Amino acid sequence: MSRPILQVRDLRVEYETPRGPAQAVGGVSFDLAQGEFLAIVGESGCGKSTLLFAIAQLLTYPASIVGGSVLFDGVDLTSLSTEELRQHRWRDISVVMQSAMNALNPTLTIGVQLADACRAHTDWNDARIAERSAEVLAMVSIDAVHLKSYPFQLSGGMRQRAMIAMALLLEPKLVIMDEPTSALDVVAQRSLMQQVEDLRHRLGFSVLFVTHDMSVVSHFSDRLAVMYAGEVVELDSTRAVFDEPRHPYSQGLMDAFPSLLGAPRELTGIAGTPPSLVNPPAGCLFAPRCAHAMDICRTTRPELIVDDTRAVRCHLVNPRSVP
Amino acid sequence: MTAVRALGRAARGTFAFLRRDKKAAAGAIVLFILLVITAFPSWFTPHDPAAEVYTPGAGLSWSHLLGTTSFGQDVFSQLMAGTRQSVLIALIVGFFSTILSVVVGISAAYLGGFIDDALSLFTDVVLVIPTFPLIIVITAYVKSATFWLMVGVLVATGWSYGARQLRVQALSLRNRDYLLAARARGESSWYVIAVELIPPMTSLIVANFLGAALYAVLAESALQFVGLGNINAESWGTMLYWAQNNEALATGLPLWALAPGVAIAVLGSALALLNYAFDEVSNPALRPVSGRSRRKVRS
Amino acid sequence: MRFLGRRLGFLLVALWAALTVNFFIPRLMPGNPAEAMMAKFHGHVNPAALHALEVAFGVNTHQSLISAYFSYIGNTLHGNLGISTSYFPLSVSSVIAKALPWSIGLVGVSTILGFIIGTVIGAVAAWRRGGILDSVLPPIFIVISAFPYFWVGLLSIWFFALTLNWFPILGAYTQTNTPTWSLSFIGDVLIHAVLPSFTILITSIGGWILTMRNNMITVVAEDYVKMARAKGLKPRRILWQYAGRNAMLPNLTGFAMSLGFVISGAILVEYVFNYPGLGFMLLQAVQNEDYPLMQSLFLLITVAVLLAIFVSDIVTAILDPRTRVRT
Repeated sequence: MSRPILQVRDLRVEYETPRGPAQAVGGVSFDLAQGEFLAIVGESGCGKSTLLFAIAQLLTYPASIVGGSVLFDGVDLTSLSTEELRQHRWRDISVVMQSAMNALNPTLTIGVQLADACRAHTDWNDARIAERSAEVLAMVSIDAVHLKSYPFQLSGGMRQRAMIAMALLLEPKLVIMDEPTSALDVVAQRSLMQQVEDLRHRLGFSVLFVTHDMSVVSHFSDRLAVMYAGEVVELDSTRAVFDEPRHPYSQGLMDAFPSLLGAPRELTGIAGTPPSLVNPPAGCLFAPRCAHAMDICRTTRPELIVDDTRAVRCHLVNPRSVP
Repeated sequence: MTAVRALGRAARGTFAFLRRDKKAAAGAIVLFILLVITAFPSWFTPHDPAAEVYTPGAGLSWSHLLGTTSFGQDVFSQLMAGTRQSVLIALIVGFFSTILSVVVGISAAYLGGFIDDALSLFTDVVLVIPTFPLIIVITAYVKSATFWLMVGVLVATGWSYGARQLRVQALSLRNRDYLLAARARGESSWYVIAVELIPPMTSLIVANFLGAALYAVLAESALQFVGLGNINAESWGTMLYWAQNNEALATGLPLWALAPGVAIAVLGSALALLNYAFDEVSNPALRPVSGRSRRKVRS
Repeated sequence: MRFLGRRLGFLLVALWAALTVNFFIPRLMPGNPAEAMMAKFHGHVNPAALHALEVAFGVNTHQSLISAYFSYIGNTLHGNLGISTSYFPLSVSSVIAKALPWSIGLVGVSTILGFIIGTVIGAVAAWRRGGILDSVLPPIFIVISAFPYFWVGLLSIWFFALTLNWFPILGAYTQTNTPTWSLSFIGDVLIHAVLPSFTILITSIGGWILTMRNNMITVVAEDYVKMARAKGLKPRRILWQYAGRNAMLPNLTGFAMSLGFVISGAILVEYVFNYPGLGFMLLQAVQNEDYPLMQSLFLLITVAVLLAIFVSDIVTAILDPRTRVRT
């Protein structure tokens, strides 16, 4: 079994706020295998985008990594200097952001923005750059004539696909995607996901995909990680999380989805609100909202117990997690 | 009762803000001092400012802290007495100018359509025409500008920048959901404007007031300096006029020429610092980055 | 090009407004300064120039207001601006032509230089957020921007010219020299230009620095800058091509809007240094009650400002493709 392309160990991210540091990501650990598609889901504010940008080393003040490591192909990204990091960017890890309208420079053409990435990391001449640019655009069914277009001249779906094309320019091993489908309608969403899937099978890159909508990834991701209040509470194959969620929060999420099949049943939600990140509760972060909370849940934070490729953070499931 | 409590909350909020932001605090303290001098000039003038009885051209001494003019007047007393004109003109012009900016800017944004186009065109034209030469031409014909004429001219030329800024912000607020909700409830336009639209724009309106006041101080002193104001008035600009016309710099009386300028600069700086502080309130991203975090800023 | 066409239209409207204001001001003034002025001219001036003045100041009321207005506009556009009373019998246009190059040289160059340098410093200050430039500059320049232009001029005269004797006190060149294209004369001109130029620069630069810094801070937080970092582009390229280029756009608009203010300051600087530009001439015309010259100068200064605004619009159109291509 080859080494996992990405190994995140106990990653912690804090935001500086006027009221003190807020823990946005509290000790996240997981592995990502080469060619694997891992989706990270959770409600707004659970820290999933922060986690993503922390892994990509793109955090800016007031957020910063305060602990843990991110091993990419064995190299700890958190220990690299800015210049060393730059060498890895785009060649090994590329990023697709949520809104292409905001992620593309409005005053430069698509062609120039593609060429930028090429020139920063290779010594290709102009002809080679043009050739490769046309190649990646063709992969996402965009005509090469649009190399001369400005972002505002393309449709929303085209812009998003152009971003994906840009992400694949240098054949990276890992593509990080931050809710790339949120701004699209359902049909465009499906089409985009299908495109990503086809390319992944063809080119073999891994995908780390963040979304608040599980249905988008249900047919595409290999494994699913559920995040709550900055922690990973469950990590398992997608099928297992959907069919047999083990953490009460995941169970609540699944229950909230109406099914097309079967008898109609009452919709249930998860009562309560997420905890304060500046003053988090002492025990399990989900305990205040958990229907099955035990005494131990309110006093001791459960550990994330990893068992091969599955993991869950709950006293109910892992009585052994009590120290 | 609730109005009093709201006012109390606003006052406490303002004090907390001033304590936190050093720039605003500095500006506010200076402004306060100048207001005191404006209200009670006689406390600060050891001699009669207009009296030409002292030794002309004297240097610094305990009885003449800043020396005397070539006419034999005490510079320090003149300086203190001149505070009133500059501070008053700053506040009055600032006040009327802001009212005009608010009315034009918000009407244009709220009423939209043809009215917006017409008002915006008018605002931009006034903004673009260089106002100082225009003021010079107007006051030249009138020969000696009275205080209120200067106020009128400064207000008429100084409102356009604020109107433009306020219009932009009002436009961005106009389509926010809470305004649409208020209108859906059936509230009248006046209510929506006064109660829902203007309060969130308060810091921008205050910033505008300060900007207009700053403009007034500089423009008025400039007019006095070139002799277009009332040359017998007691103001900093007039002091500069007489100093310049009597070759103060060249004849070894630099303080006569420089002191009023310092005073103008001090009042101006106070207004500018407060203006900037209020700008930072509207746009938190501009606030200073604390020293601890400097090392964490990576590119 | 729709954008530039619209801007040109707007600027023409502004010009028309200035002409109209110019026409009505003397007519609205108390007393009748125009008549006194006209009395000086009778019998000594060619009919065309006399007519231009009559029209401009409404002295001979046999014309209706409307036709006087149109004649005035016609005269002005033909360059028939009348005769100067203080430089009698020279025409206003010939007098202005002598002052124009000095203003363009001093004010034009200093303003543009200030804008460019200020923009660069502002961009760098915002880029190194939390650095020395960013924490020290804003308060300093806020304070300096509140200094009256003429006082800074006086201060520099007192300090650099009178006390240190490094530079001459006033004028554009030493009065005893006659203007030629010789190297020594040019050197003389340059050394006379240092202090006034420095005054204009130092008071206006603060505004550019602060606006550019504020714009940059907003732009740097945008997603496309984060994307540029993710792509691993060299920091310098991100600073100029991604952040700077976009942050400049509102700055150019700001340049256009604050030009009026900068020109006012420049007038005062010319006055303080007795620099023979348009501003100095304007204030002298006021003192000499030379109304034709005064009003024409106001008009010319307005035209200069409008022209500069149009140039900055052209630069905006070049930098921002959204203005050029119709969506």
